[in-house]
Amino acid sequence: MANLRPPLPRALRPKPKGPSEDNGHAPTGAREAVAEKGISAVDWVDERTSLSGGARWLMFRKIPRGTNWFYTLGSATLFAFLAQAVTGVILAMYYDPSATRAYESVRYITNEVFLGEFVRGMHKWGSTVMVILVFLHMGRTFFYGAYKYPRELNWVIGVVLLLLTLFMSFTGYLLPFDQRSFWATTVGVAINGTGPLVGPYLNDFLRAGPEFGTTTLARFYALHMLVLPGAIAAMIGAHLYLVARLGTTAPPWIKTDIDPELRKEDA
Amino acid sequence: MPRDRKQSKQPKTTLEEQIPGAFEGETVSRRRFMTGTAHAAGGIAVAAFTLPAVGMAIGPMFEKAEQNWESVGPIGDFADDTYIPRTLTIVRGIGDAGKTTVYIRQYNSQLDSEERDEYNEFIAISTRCMHLGCPVRFVGASQRFICPCHGGVYDFEGKVSGGPPVRPLDRFYTRVRNGQLEIGPRFSVNSELRRFSPRDPGMPLDGIGQYVYPARPTTRKIPGT
Repeated sequence: MANLRPPLPRALRPKPKGPSEDNGHAPTGAREAVAEKGISAVDWVDERTSLSGGARWLMFRKIPRGTNWFYTLGSATLFAFLAQAVTGVILAMYYDPSATRAYESVRYITNEVFLGEFVRGMHKWGSTVMVILVFLHMGRTFFYGAYKYPRELNWVIGVVLLLLTLFMSFTGYLLPFDQRSFWATTVGVAINGTGPLVGPYLNDFLRAGPEFGTTTLARFYALHMLVLPGAIAAMIGAHLYLVARLGTTAPPWIKTDIDPELRKEDA
Repeated sequence: MPRDRKQSKQPKTTLEEQIPGAFEGETVSRRRFMTGTAHAAGGIAVAAFTLPAVGMAIGPMFEKAEQNWESVGPIGDFADDTYIPRTLTIVRGIGDAGKTTVYIRQYNSQLDSEERDEYNEFIAISTRCMHLGCPVRFVGASQRFICPCHGGVYDFEGKVSGGPPVRPLDRFYTRVRNGQLEIGPRFSVNSELRRFSPRDPGMPLDGIGQYVYPARPTTRKIPGT
């Protein structure tokens, strides 16, 4: 049975020894000694986890002819999410989700904290960038027909990720707690309430009561920084697993190459 | 073998199933019993932290919100041909975010079509737009309430005269104590100004609206009004 695993890329294959190099295994210089230690450390972990096979399976995949820059939109979205996660964690170190202190803490982040304005700006504009990238990625998938069999489930997971991203934007919008946040969220919650029968109860759940109150902001904050990021991370895991499992599709204009021999047999 | 099961009768005991080591009269195999016990224990453990957590998250939906009567000044401050704005605190302890503006005037028998009772000697109109909740403003020149967000317009009584709002502006109960006007709980009205328990913006109260958009079980209008 042939080994079906993709081969190691050239850069990672062991190099043959040059004629001037010693054939013995003993490292000769400091650099070689460090490299030797590094390799043995990686080997130690791999021997106990067999992670290298999985890593190779995930990273060194065969991709179809015609793959182009539009195929990077998914990775771009992933990186936008990572940027949001990192800047969000740092912002959370300074932010205070109480109705009386939230605006003041955001003002403090923006005006006083070293690089605060920059990191907050990345988080704020990054959210817009992420939404745009999600839609571009979705458009690429749609127009290339990459949602078709066997990738329907990945499309469904992608739609869930889209909704989670939008809900992330909605909950994050309230957090600066300025006039724009407050009224935009008031309107957003009211739109949610127009759903028949369940609408009024969903409103009460979001606001934690009949009015916008002390617990509303804390609730939005918890959803924004704990519930939704966790759900998004889990869904991204499933999304990436299916991408690696099923592979990517060629663009629709790439014609399949059929071996002339096979064609002959067919006739 | 589902086909066999249909035809022959189900074995009642583990002995009939010919499981090795079965006891006389035993109906559940020990393996099945252990599996069931483990599942039940896991289920109880998960429920033990999930149910209280979910209860805590949705609890505020069923809590009764405090409704106070708040004094807004002597009754002589208010006329019957124009509105006077007053600030009302609807949520305590959160500063400006918990305040709202109320427009107040005296009942005017020439303008008001509704029946007069103990709660509408003075009419207090909420500034919460009934489209999506933006703050409306009373414009004296046009004698209308106008919403800045999506162009909702209400007439002098608070009834919709244009734009997207689905029902007239909410009102507050009012009463007079020791010459002071006091503002009480909020209530909603339909297009004929009939009183309903308070609803959120965007929920119509005409026709089947009151059933499609139920009120909070704990926040009700004053009974009999």
